Amino acid sequence: MSEDNQKQTGAVHLTTDDFKTTLNNEEGLPVFVDFFAEWCGPCKMAAPIVDKLAGEYEDKMIIAKLDVDGHNQIAAEYGVMSIPTAIIFKDGEEVDRTIGFPGEDGFRKMIDGNL
Amino acid sequence: MAHAKIIIIGSGPAGYTAGIYAARANLKPVLFAGDKPGGQLMNTTLVENWPGTEAGVMGPELMMEMRNQAAKFGAEIIDKKVTKVDFSGELKKVLVDDELYEAETIIVATGAASIMLGVPGEKEFFGKGVATCAVCDAPFYRDKIAMVIGGGDAAIEDAMALTKFASKIYLVHRRDELRASKFMVDRVMNAEKVEILWDSELKKVLGNKLVEKVEIYNNKTDKTQEIETSGVFLAVGHKPATEIFKDYLELDKKGFIQTKLTYPGATTTSVDGVFAAGDVVDYRYKQAITSAGMGCQAALDAERWLDQK
Repeated sequence: MSEDNQKQTGAVHLTTDDFKTTLNNEEGLPVFVDFFAEWCGPCKMAAPIVDKLAGEYEDKMIIAKLDVDGHNQIAAEYGVMSIPTAIIFKDGEEVDRTIGFPGEDGFRKMIDGNL
Repeated sequence: MAHAKIIIIGSGPAGYTAGIYAARANLKPVLFAGDKPGGQLMNTTLVENWPGTEAGVMGPELMMEMRNQAAKFGAEIIDKKVTKVDFSGELKKVLVDDELYEAETIIVATGAASIMLGVPGEKEFFGKGVATCAVCDAPFYRDKIAMVIGGGDAAIEDAMALTKFASKIYLVHRRDELRASKFMVDRVMNAEKVEILWDSELKKVLGNKLVEKVEIYNNKTDKTQEIETSGVFLAVGHKPATEIFKDYLELDKKGFIQTKLTYPGATTTSVDGVFAAGDVVDYRYKQAITSAGMGCQAALDAERWLDQK
């Protein structure tokens, strides 16, 4: 398959403005948020995995990222004090949280457990 | 079941360098990068003592480059954590949960993990004020009080990283002098925002949703006091990641893998055909460059072992 035919994948980048509306999306999909920053090494390892999972789970869960640098108040609101932190929300409520990058399998288990 | 000539367990400088050498020797290594690919250097910023980089190199970038370099020469890198090994037979077994891999020779380069203190609240507040990567998390402590536990170079590096953001930093050390290098000690002694609490030990982490305060015990005065802080960074040292090998490989009292410094190779362990490199062996130097060097030695030792088999 050529590059052109491949489906556009990658996680949605959230901002302070659309964070809440995404959490309470009309489709009622659960939302996975990867809280990250550019300066953080483990976040860099996690980034391509999160993008890959976004493509795979697109109909089942919204896979998103939030750059804490610039959206600090959202991070503070959800008590994120360490990155990477991944949180899964259902109907706007936190249902699961992983601190640190647990590897692709770790993220998969976390997502599969919350579908 | 998958079969390989050589399996490398670990993805720090030792593991990736072993991967580069083994791949270039056409041994088609399978490298398990674990759940923290890149190892301890992923939690650093500028590395200024890596030879050949006058301006320094960012730790995470250095590790990504090493990984790509190993992959370029044909190392198969798997981001999974080995959960069990069996080195009793001629073919060495490596298990990732239920998946079984077999190899003729193994290089163990699993490195070392941050030591947790096991005090009440530490686990509960991990990621909510308790942390092990100051470089990652320092910006969350802008205008807040933070605390670093430890007295070595890593503890001072953490304290210095926090000075850019936090309003005050306590450095809590259980002795009355720091064991860090003189250069680092001078730096922290001159840092205005840093207050050193000597002869002091962390006893408890307290808070509601996030860390709010800690209990600090002074082992000279035998008194315990509460101190307000938003962050507790643990930098008391690292312990070798050898739990899964303890039934097979000879370890020293502290859990480091014992290797033979003489023939048939510096990285030879107590099991024929199993080699070890990096912080999992090295309790003395613990540098990126010494680990990389040892990874190279391990790959060459393994290659020669395969040739002579």
